[in-house]
Amino acid sequence: MKWTIVVGRYDKDQPAGSGYPPPFESAAAKRYQTFEVDLPEHAMVLDALIQVREYQDESLAVRCACRSAICGSCAMWINGHANLACTSKLRDFTVDGKVTVESPPSMPPIRDLVCDMTPFWQKNRQVRPWLEGKEPVPAGEEYRVPNAAMENLIQEVGCISCGACLMDCESFAVNQNFLGPAALAKAYRYTADPRDAETRDRLKTYSEPDGVWDCTHCYECVQQCPKGVAPLEQILKLRRMAVEEGFTNNAGTRHAYAFAESVKDSGRLNELTLMPKSFGLLNIRAQLQSLPAAFNMARAGKLPPLIHKKIPGLARIKSIFAKVGGKFK
Amino acid sequence: MKVAFWPGCVSKGACPELYVSTHKVADALGLELVELEEAPCTGAGVLSEQNPALADSLNGLTLAMAERQGADLMTICSTCQGVLSGTQFHLANDPARLARVNETLASSGYEYRGTTKVKHLLWILVEDIGLDRLASLVKHKLTGLNVAPFYGCYILRPEEYLGLKERPERSTYLEQIIALIGATPVEYLGKSKCCGFPMLTMNREVSLKMGGKHILEAKSKGADVLVTPCPLCHLNLDGQQPDAAGVMKQPLGVPILHLPQLLGLAFGFAPEDLRLNHHVINTKAALEKVELKV
Repeated sequence: MKWTIVVGRYDKDQPAGSGYPPPFESAAAKRYQTFEVDLPEHAMVLDALIQVREYQDESLAVRCACRSAICGSCAMWINGHANLACTSKLRDFTVDGKVTVESPPSMPPIRDLVCDMTPFWQKNRQVRPWLEGKEPVPAGEEYRVPNAAMENLIQEVGCISCGACLMDCESFAVNQNFLGPAALAKAYRYTADPRDAETRDRLKTYSEPDGVWDCTHCYECVQQCPKGVAPLEQILKLRRMAVEEGFTNNAGTRHAYAFAESVKDSGRLNELTLMPKSFGLLNIRAQLQSLPAAFNMARAGKLPPLIHKKIPGLARIKSIFAKVGGKFK
Repeated sequence: MKVAFWPGCVSKGACPELYVSTHKVADALGLELVELEEAPCTGAGVLSEQNPALADSLNGLTLAMAERQGADLMTICSTCQGVLSGTQFHLANDPARLARVNETLASSGYEYRGTTKVKHLLWILVEDIGLDRLASLVKHKLTGLNVAPFYGCYILRPEEYLGLKERPERSTYLEQIIALIGATPVEYLGKSKCCGFPMLTMNREVSLKMGGKHILEAKSKGADVLVTPCPLCHLNLDGQQPDAAGVMKQPLGVPILHLPQLLGLAFGFAPEDLRLNHHVINTKAALEKVELKV
């Protein structure tokens, strides 16, 4: 079968413009080249790239090794989303007669389809992805943990460090300091390990700016992870643990409490008070920053009703909160 | 066709134009909206992340209310859709979780049996009403208007909650409707990405950059307007757009339309009746392109 593959070509010796934001960042240096390949119906995107490199253009740079979704080398953008090229079938990704592959614009490019993974590994190191053993070490034996405690961690252990989640992370795309989905999922794996001695300290660190609260909850990482790690789910567990451990002096926690209070008291969201309460009433800078938008919306007639109405049948909601509200009771 | 209608908090708060235009379009379609006035906020994913049992019970109650109506539950918000679809998915596939919800709901007068289907207006338009019927109601083709679709995360991801594995075409419905009313869909990467709203209070600059980036990309591809099925995306993309332009250090000025507003224009409703004169980003120039005045 004939397949058409459009490849984003880039060579750092042709310097990019400094333009922001991605995906325009390297537009000056990136060019798209179209190749035709002849491969069977079940062939993968990586098969097509290897075919191009072996028989058409040996200068094409592509990173791959195992070809079976184990090594994690061949994550790249396929039609604008991160995927492993070795498990992506050409037939599933051919849109309007072609598949487009390129290096993800949020990662530093090296050449063609090869991006620099340094940010990925730096973030990984930043979360201290190792056990800080509890003292004292059990005499004459190893640390023992119940099976159930480890089952909770299995999902993350499946990570092959391909970086697909980071490549498609919407928050990372505009804030390179964000710890990102892979590192935070790894962070959860160690924080929730009963053998780790630094749980509290970890949660404190991860609650700081550019940590767990900088995830925008877009589910891109859940969607793109080829191993079902669901990084977002692990980040949400860290948020929950952090709040329960008392690290609550942040907008994320205030937002959750203000949200719950509003639903408990009225059955609905009170948009008028949610924002100021989330910023923190004494956070004058944030309050002032939000004023122009509030003013613009009021001028357009988009201000929520000044008197917030309660829903009928509120007793049902209050009863639910009384039974399962937990910390929001 | 009758649906149990969950309007969401924002369409009754900061986006009244969505509520009004939904009713206009529903009237034109003969879609009977039975509003669930006693249903609670979905928690928008914020409550479920801190307390899954609480969110399950609140949303289980809404699903039970729709079940009693014997009708599908219709949302007009990608976020409500995502949260309710998630709850629906878990309660339909996990009997123990459903039992816990019903235990909590015991004194509420409701019990959820797990049968409610949750559908966004966008899906109902294409799957239940059908493109042919929609086409027959178009009175004013929006020829020449370049419309960039903006889905919002929670109507697309995670796929298994939202039926996209069985119906992958759900990720193309906006484009289909845009083309059907004579306008031109704008193809750009940002259409399925995040508006940044969930982070607005946590990291304002990042949130505004996220939304601003997608508006800028759509604009560079020739978009006159964006259309969204999510009022939370609307809050960030329209309400915060002047601030986003400031953070981006670039002019933006792209009007953001709610899905029923765009359809309402094609059905011949006056822009004022769809409250298109109540947007932060002025819609005048875009409407003039299709010979409409506001």
